[in-house]
Amino acid sequence: MQKETRSEQFHSPSVIGFLLRKLHIDIPLFIGIVLACALSFLILYSAGGQETALLIRQATRIGVAFILMIILAHINPRQFYRHSAVLYGFGVMLLIAVLIFGMIGKGAQRWLDFGFFRFQPSEMIKITTPMMIAWFLASDTLPPRPKQLFYATLLIAVPTVLIAKQPDLGTSLLVASSGAAVIFFAGLSWRFMAAITVVLAGFTPVLWHFMRDYQKARVLTFLNPEADPMGKGYHIIQSKIAIGSGGVHGKGWLGSTQSNLDFLPESSTDFIFAVFAEEFGLSGCLGLLILYLLIISRCLYIAVQAQDTYSRLLAGSLTFTFFVYVFVNIGMVIGILPVVGVPLPLISYGGTSMVTLLAGFGILMSIHTHRKLLPT
Amino acid sequence: MIREGYGQTGKVKPRKFVIRRRFLLGVMLFGMMALAGRAVFLQIIDTQFLQRQGDMRHVGVVSVSAYRGKILDRNNEPLAISTPVESVWVNPQHFNKTEQSRFKQAAKLLKVPNKKLRFLLRAKTDTRFSYLKRRINPALAEKIKAMQLSGVYFEREFKRYYPAGAVSAHVVGFTDIDDVGQEGIERGYEQSLKGISGKKRVIRDGHRRVIKDIENIQIPVSGQDLVLSVDQKIQYLAFKALKAGFIEHKALSASLVVLDAKNGEVLAAVNQPAFNPNTRKGMKANSIRNRAMLDVFEPGSTVKPFVIAAALDGGYADEDIQIETHGFYRVGRNLVKDTRNYGTLDLMHILKKSSNVGISKVALMMPREYFWNSYNQLGFGVAANVGFPGEASGTLLDFQRWHDFEHATLSYGYGVSTSVLQLARAYTALADDGVLHSVSLLKRDEDDDAKRVFSADVAIKVRGMLEHVIERDGTAYKARVDGYRVAGKTGTVKKATAGGYADDRYLAVFVGLAPASNPRFVIAVMVDEPSAGEYYGGTVAAPIFAKVMAGALRVYGVAPDKEETMPVLLTGAE
Repeated sequence: MQKETRSEQFHSPSVIGFLLRKLHIDIPLFIGIVLACALSFLILYSAGGQETALLIRQATRIGVAFILMIILAHINPRQFYRHSAVLYGFGVMLLIAVLIFGMIGKGAQRWLDFGFFRFQPSEMIKITTPMMIAWFLASDTLPPRPKQLFYATLLIAVPTVLIAKQPDLGTSLLVASSGAAVIFFAGLSWRFMAAITVVLAGFTPVLWHFMRDYQKARVLTFLNPEADPMGKGYHIIQSKIAIGSGGVHGKGWLGSTQSNLDFLPESSTDFIFAVFAEEFGLSGCLGLLILYLLIISRCLYIAVQAQDTYSRLLAGSLTFTFFVYVFVNIGMVIGILPVVGVPLPLISYGGTSMVTLLAGFGILMSIHTHRKLLPT
Repeated sequence: MIREGYGQTGKVKPRKFVIRRRFLLGVMLFGMMALAGRAVFLQIIDTQFLQRQGDMRHVGVVSVSAYRGKILDRNNEPLAISTPVESVWVNPQHFNKTEQSRFKQAAKLLKVPNKKLRFLLRAKTDTRFSYLKRRINPALAEKIKAMQLSGVYFEREFKRYYPAGAVSAHVVGFTDIDDVGQEGIERGYEQSLKGISGKKRVIRDGHRRVIKDIENIQIPVSGQDLVLSVDQKIQYLAFKALKAGFIEHKALSASLVVLDAKNGEVLAAVNQPAFNPNTRKGMKANSIRNRAMLDVFEPGSTVKPFVIAAALDGGYADEDIQIETHGFYRVGRNLVKDTRNYGTLDLMHILKKSSNVGISKVALMMPREYFWNSYNQLGFGVAANVGFPGEASGTLLDFQRWHDFEHATLSYGYGVSTSVLQLARAYTALADDGVLHSVSLLKRDEDDDAKRVFSADVAIKVRGMLEHVIERDGTAYKARVDGYRVAGKTGTVKKATAGGYADDRYLAVFVGLAPASNPRFVIAVMVDEPSAGEYYGGTVAAPIFAKVMAGALRVYGVAPDKEETMPVLLTGAE
């Protein structure tokens, strides 16, 4: 059966198609990513004070991330499946190590310092958690039984809590949602989901009680940023001004005043969308949202086309995580969500999130390009 | 080998997954719509409000400081100038690693503390603005600029610079960091010096720094230059001589004023202790004080010539009058004393010997009102009005409250107080043949406020008497100047203290003029509490006077008027 599929590839009429298949690159997805990265350079040049040094650093990181993506795309999904548990276990151990040995970085313990480079295990766990849950649920019959659900929840909870302890609320929520997405795709009953929603809503006050002061402050600031315009509300007010003053057509490339004049903090990292919106206006914003939607659609298509449960669950989860990234970041910058430290995927300056994202895309490409094509 | 789960193939897509995929797609679309909706709200509906908010933050109006007017001496030598200076600031984000050693070199030139340098050169710094050094001199700035370091920028500021340093510091005063006059002329003429600052619209950044100018709203008007009457050369001579005397006699303070005898311009006014106006370091309230104009003291015997002049002018006494002194004189219940019995004295000898008894007797010949009026006309108790902030006026007791004793003591300089400047001004009446001049710190051609207080004849007579004071057997032989006829009067004043007059603390005063034949300068010297043994006006103040007078006469090329020292000239003329 497998042999036949292979030979089918050789009969493919298009040479380019053949080559691409050999490279294990999914062209539509690849184009989407490259477009986003190109936009990223454009905006970073403006937001980072027109320094080419910054661009070169980012290009290096993107280069590394692309190589990792292509490497992962070449690995058969079967290998991911096989090593899911090991990778997950390794990731959790690193998280524990971070808590124990982690050095202080920006007031939170998130890094492992290996001297020549610093590694953020929470980034790795963003991918290995959905892998683990997908492996765990796919190895049994679907939809999952309550007992499996319980174990799956536990498997999600461990890294989530560990990351929340760092504390890094944004990433921990991303990890939780990536795991939850797997469970959702695995066929969690709607009724059960409704029940969970209600219970969670009921538990919000309890959750509030467990949140740290700065996390509470962020939520309060979100609800009323004008309460402290020069302090906690500063980010969000400056960001809203930046976006709003962009108008429909924007102020043009390099024309942003809020960011170029240093009013907007974190303008090349978490708040880069505001710079984009100021310079390219509503039309640019809608364009960017459409680009993201196209990338998401392609990912979702890959998930649908996946030929086995594990791949489908994993692909679905990675897609959803990507969406959450986009939504949470833009939502935060635009002022409909509280401020959580999540970068704008593919655009924000920073290496770690870029590597994780492209690794996810690599896995998606691997899933798509390792399909066994059936004779039609 | 392959676990069951992975073996499940997707030949037939599970129906459930399709529904979930659609549901999820719906959720995502909804999310994107929410973002888009918010973007539309901000960028279309709220855009004007937010644009205004943005403009409010980065467009601002700042004032452009006008060039502060220069302060010049009478020969247009600069005494205070505003120099554009450079401040060096850095943006560590723009540093180039390959230039680090050169940057350190530059920092060394600028004397940047090592701690600050390390802070700026940290690998992970998020600083974007930091002054490396403020207000450096242009030469140094050029040097740093020539190094062309990336991340190093320059900013233009103004700095007030006083080329004359301590020499003219008391007269000129100084400004504060905001270029506002704090003392002296800088303060007194603040309005005309400061000019009108302009306004311009600028773009600011998030750190409130001005990034770019958009337009000028109002162009700044430079302040007016001020030409003072002081002559920097004489100022220097006076400063040097006074400082030497101040140190030699271990005095508490000392002041000296040089006036142009013909029009009342202040050619020099110096004090000790002095200060350097170019630095705030070591600046003490004690040394900032321009004592010559601000502090008053009892002038003592230096007023005696005015008593003689008043008596002659009013016809209450004539030149040849002989007055018996006996060494003491009882006035009511009080006693006026001389240091010894001088016997019978004429007016000239009263001055030459500085007899208190003699002068008291002369003073008592005049009615009180007339006597008071003669002092008042000479400016005692009336501020000199030179435009110096906080100028002293001194006091002159109302004659209606005098008794004879007050009348008498007033004649030898007690019960009246004056600043050194006022005292020098009074002597212009003797110097310019009876015409009292107003004094001015600004250069002027003519004195419009001059007024005659004595007849020329009287002034010349008194001046002649004062020349005898400088003779070998007078009180101020040390005030002589080779080649010139000098007239002057000493004063050795007991300091007034809480319990009356102190017996061991004195003011040594000397006021004189030269050349006596046609006076050019009036110089008043006051040394407060000389405590190195000598304390007489003739031994402490007179030598300082002589040094300054000799220098001033030389600088101005005044022709000598003393016959015995110019036999060569005389024979040449014949």
